[in-house]
Amino acid sequence: MGSDVRIVIVGASLAGVRAAEALRGQGFDGSLTLIGDEPYEPYDRPPLSKAVLLGIMPPDHAALPYRSDLDAKWLLGVRATTLDLENNRVVLSDGDAVEFDKVLIATGVRARPWSNSSEAALDGVFTVRTCDDSRRLNERLSAGPRHVLVIGAGFTGSEIASVCRERGLSVTVTERGPAPLVGALGGVVAAVAADMQRDHGVDLRTGVTVTGLDGDSDGRLCRAHLSGGTALDVDVAIVAQGSIRNTDWLAGSGLAAGPRGVTCDAGCRAFDINGIVTDNVFVAGDVARQPHPLYDYQLLALEHWGNAIGQAEVAAHNMIHDGLRRRPHLEIPAFWSSQFGVNIKSVGIPTYSDQVVITQGSVADRRFVAAYGFRGRVTAAVAFNQGKWLDFYRGLIESAAEFPPDFDVMDRADPFEVRPSELPDPAVLSHGPTVAVTGHLPTERRVEFVSLPK
Amino acid sequence: MIDVKLVVDLNRCQGYAQCVFLAPDVFTLHGEEALLYDAGPADGEREHVSQAAAACPVHAITTDLPVHHDGE
Repeated sequence: MGSDVRIVIVGASLAGVRAAEALRGQGFDGSLTLIGDEPYEPYDRPPLSKAVLLGIMPPDHAALPYRSDLDAKWLLGVRATTLDLENNRVVLSDGDAVEFDKVLIATGVRARPWSNSSEAALDGVFTVRTCDDSRRLNERLSAGPRHVLVIGAGFTGSEIASVCRERGLSVTVTERGPAPLVGALGGVVAAVAADMQRDHGVDLRTGVTVTGLDGDSDGRLCRAHLSGGTALDVDVAIVAQGSIRNTDWLAGSGLAAGPRGVTCDAGCRAFDINGIVTDNVFVAGDVARQPHPLYDYQLLALEHWGNAIGQAEVAAHNMIHDGLRRRPHLEIPAFWSSQFGVNIKSVGIPTYSDQVVITQGSVADRRFVAAYGFRGRVTAAVAFNQGKWLDFYRGLIESAAEFPPDFDVMDRADPFEVRPSELPDPAVLSHGPTVAVTGHLPTERRVEFVSLPK
Repeated sequence: MIDVKLVVDLNRCQGYAQCVFLAPDVFTLHGEEALLYDAGPADGEREHVSQAAAACPVHAITTDLPVHHDGE
């Protein structure tokens, strides 16, 4: 593409830097600007709740490698405050503005803070999203707190609880739902996660919320009040109640942006508020909300490491290619977590299911694969210490294979029992066409219709 | 100051542990198959990290080092 074209990437984390690399890798030789609100070059976030808190790596070691010939202008420590699509410019918190021909929105998410701001400001109350967060929490955990409270048993909260136990710290986890990870994995597999926590000495309290946090006269956290009226003496509380998408700065931009993300097409092109696709505004990473053909074209917003890279590459490609040369983002969602000595990996969308079956291994041994199905086809698989099988299940998902899966597998689970996946009623989901992903090379990846299994 | 930058795609990682063998002070298995690593090892690990990246059967390791070739 011509060297007079100006591309601006708002968000200098994983999606932003991978998009910049892809642009240069595909020969874009125009000007490239990255804007990031943190004063650091792009860094990797998954270690912040694992290796950093375990003391295996210092937080400032998380910097991401990127190609040395990126030739980008970095505007770091400055926030984008306005997207002005009348004049095609991004206005910055320092008053400057950057003009663009094409812009990529990759502003991600931030940690959802504790709802009471004076309680959130107590010394000892943490969230974990940035390397500064992780550094501060690591220092506090290293000082040997008497009792740690983790509020919320999603992946981040569960990983931090695991770290606390490994460091020999006493920890209580509160979760409003019936089990850890239930929102992502459903009740059957979440019950295993609950057992893992308790086996490792976590004081896990499900169906419980934290109603208030008390500080002492020096403003240090000293007590938490739980629903049901009990109180706990705690000196550290980690608020792990999910995230907020960074779309505030897009208010008034005319884009379809809101609390659920920035809506875009399968080629990462943003929609405006009329539902009309834009030509020069692209979206990638945690802030994107995109239809996926395998999941009935539902708009998915995924906070997955791999999704950020996949969308960044597709967005970059489509920023510099037109018409039929554009590519869809058809990657099967995937993520991992490690906690309590177990490697949890997932492909597909486990929440897009009505049934689940343990297909391989043994739940008791914490080594198994669970396959998820929705209305007769395989939609996801989750492995506990059995990650090596997931490529096979990815193939089943891509080809819309029948569920329950009918195959001879290694280490077949016994009993082979199909159960409800214990997720919110999937009947409320729309039931669109069933499609399969075809094509091996990125440029060939397309979908085709398949008939539903009988 | 970071000497070497690396990142592992843990969606790809299947716990072959070649990296753990070749750069034991950088990579470690936590439990049976969860890989943990120091993403910013010291300069002295340069050669080990380069070998680990080259030996990974699923090419999950990305570094800012030149690509390693056997026999160099």
